[in-house]
Amino acid sequence: MSSTSTEVRTRPAATKRRRRRSVRRLTGRDKVVVALLLGIPLLLDLIFVWLPALATVLLSFTKWTGVGGIHLKSCTTAGTLPGLPQPGCVYGVQNYSQAFNSAITPDFWPAVRHNMLWLLVFIVIATPLGMLFAVILDRGIRGSRVYQSILFLPVMLSLALIGIIWELIYAPNLGLINTVIGHNKNSNLIDWLGNPRLNLWAVLAEATWRQAGYVMVLYLAGLKAVDPALKEAAEIDGANSWQTFWRVVFPVLRPINVVILVVTVIESLRAFDLVYITGGGNPVKGLELLSVLVTQNIVGETQRIGFGSTLGVVLLVISLVPISIFLYQVFRREEKK
Amino acid sequence: MADIAPAPTEGTEGTGVRSGVLGALSRRSMLMGIGGATAAATLAACSSDKKSGTSSSASGSGSSGGAVGGSISFGSNYSDAAPKGAFKALTDQATAKTGVKVSINTVDHNTFQNNISAYLQGTPNDLATWFAGYRLQFFAAQGLLEPIDDVWEKIGPNFSDAVKNLSKGVDGHYYLVPIYNYPWVVFYNKSVFASKGYKVPTTWDEFTALAKQMQSDGLVPLAFAEKDGWPALGTFDILNLRINGFDYHTQLMQHKVPWTDKGVTAVFDHWRELMPYLQKGANGRIWEDAAKALENKQAGMMFQGSNQVAANYTAAHLADLDFFPYPAINEQWGQDFMDAPADGFMMPKKGKNKDAAKAVLEYIGTGEAESTYLKTDQWDVGVANGLIAPSYNAIQKKSVAAIGACKNVSQFMDRDSVPDMATAMIKLIQGFIDNPSTGTVSSLQSSAESQAKTIFS
Repeated sequence: MSSTSTEVRTRPAATKRRRRRSVRRLTGRDKVVVALLLGIPLLLDLIFVWLPALATVLLSFTKWTGVGGIHLKSCTTAGTLPGLPQPGCVYGVQNYSQAFNSAITPDFWPAVRHNMLWLLVFIVIATPLGMLFAVILDRGIRGSRVYQSILFLPVMLSLALIGIIWELIYAPNLGLINTVIGHNKNSNLIDWLGNPRLNLWAVLAEATWRQAGYVMVLYLAGLKAVDPALKEAAEIDGANSWQTFWRVVFPVLRPINVVILVVTVIESLRAFDLVYITGGGNPVKGLELLSVLVTQNIVGETQRIGFGSTLGVVLLVISLVPISIFLYQVFRREEKK
Repeated sequence: MADIAPAPTEGTEGTGVRSGVLGALSRRSMLMGIGGATAAATLAACSSDKKSGTSSSASGSGSSGGAVGGSISFGSNYSDAAPKGAFKALTDQATAKTGVKVSINTVDHNTFQNNISAYLQGTPNDLATWFAGYRLQFFAAQGLLEPIDDVWEKIGPNFSDAVKNLSKGVDGHYYLVPIYNYPWVVFYNKSVFASKGYKVPTTWDEFTALAKQMQSDGLVPLAFAEKDGWPALGTFDILNLRINGFDYHTQLMQHKVPWTDKGVTAVFDHWRELMPYLQKGANGRIWEDAAKALENKQAGMMFQGSNQVAANYTAAHLADLDFFPYPAINEQWGQDFMDAPADGFMMPKKGKNKDAAKAVLEYIGTGEAESTYLKTDQWDVGVANGLIAPSYNAIQKKSVAAIGACKNVSQFMDRDSVPDMATAMIKLIQGFIDNPSTGTVSSLQSSAESQAKTIFS
């Protein structure tokens, strides 16, 4: 949310130009302060983001259970103990070929597919829904604060609570939906969270329930910042409210739209929590996601850290695409100013 | 103590795309070096800090005679209220008998298990709770556990050979002192069987006929749940033990028999025969709800561990609960085997106060200690020879007899095999439950085999 307000605030271009000129006038002490203020976050970024990311890439070429060190020997020559995993060794690109091989890793391609579907549902359903909520609330209907709180509540609830809420709704015999529609007998029950053809949609309904509230708040903030004079002018020119929104307000909201697009892409790539809570940490057929696969391989008693890292690298590469596009857009726009 | 839960929650609440990757990464970098020590120390928590002063003095005192003195820290995953209380009673009694002060460091059991390798490599407690089976051998073989053969020299006579085998690593040394186990059997309500005139089945034909009868009487023959992932593995285990026997099962778990073997096909063929009688929608049901269906008498039977079914029953209905061992399928094996997972205690190699820890283990390896633990536990049974704790209820007394009647007991698929293999099987079995066709079975078997090849390579 803070990003929205800065987006809106940074629009005046004049301040920017002035700042750039002032850089040349820095004293020695200013330079130290600037170096410190930039250096510390940069260092933190390097240590906590880039170093581990680099380590992941390196680990993705190894086979390691997390016990003992990693020997810089090829796994083919490292030898094996019967019934036990090899000590850490260099595995080359084997992890990658195993990940992409659907016989050895049956979950990988479904996970990619589900992440894409997640993105699609967020763009086609959750975001427009949140936008609709925001526009309606922005018209100042009575009790809009109450509605706003209700719609935003899912974003604030803790995961454990969300898990319980939806368990109560979807449970096969005792759940709300099946009880209301009378499908809670053994002969006709609908297995919302277990049926591999249904459960992803059931979880997507949960995710939409949460995402729409999030998008709504972002849009509300944006709508509040729109100059009412624009709307009045449009009205005087004879535009109806549909035209006013799409021809006048929506284009003004462009910075918000970019932020929301990025948030949507990021949320769908890092989709994890709802699925994890649905399965209680256990694997569930039909709910494969890349993030869940990474967790399954890396967190646990016996870890396949090399293989999990490989999946992490795949996720990282996929994530880099929208991030790069976004950053490119942002920087280009700032340069233009 | 603030962030005792590691990667999973980190991943869920972190910001940005990286969180999934990074949640995992931070954990990994922890393992890699300096960080590893601090991370494990978080797990080991306050207790290990507190006692570090006393440990050196105590280790010199030796284990001769009764009172050893000193103090140890005990890592525990008994995080639910009931076992936590029972465990407290046990360690209090151990302190009274041995003079060793025990400070308990309880960690949520999932967290404990997920962190076990970092824990054992970092600064573990002097003793820790763990499981018998491959899960023990896996860590023992990697040199993370202390062999406790000298403890077993003293407590050996208290246990049967079967229990002794459970406590050994692949190298033949002892690494575990077990405390209790529990049987996986078919539960039913006595009142339902009495009112409908059902008889306890001992063969497969009787079993399926009874299930059919229950179905026509309007009961769900077998309550069944698989949302938790592991419960259906129990059904696989018992069918495999009944059809193919104990040795075959063990070899399959360690991938010495391929998953494409026709013995595995036979298991799923029998399971398909049973499918119409199992409660529908199992993939979306937690086992507690299945147990509830049995308790509410909507279901006729349920196959699961007494540690779950009996523990989930309300006290008022517990007297009505009874069980029988899974019916025989192959005459050659009869009802000779079952899953009876055992829990116990191990000694991390990096623990500090080993003499005092061994004294505590020597006490825990007695029937008396087991009785102390089981005083408030109404579903598990002790593993000491012929132990009938005074607090046992009818289910527990029958459990002792049922486990005693077995020629061999297995632990459970996720304890007898690599956990990764169990995870792979969970997914495949969920697919089978969703669509129990011959096509599913053959693709399941080939998928299991190709996954096993990489997991066991």
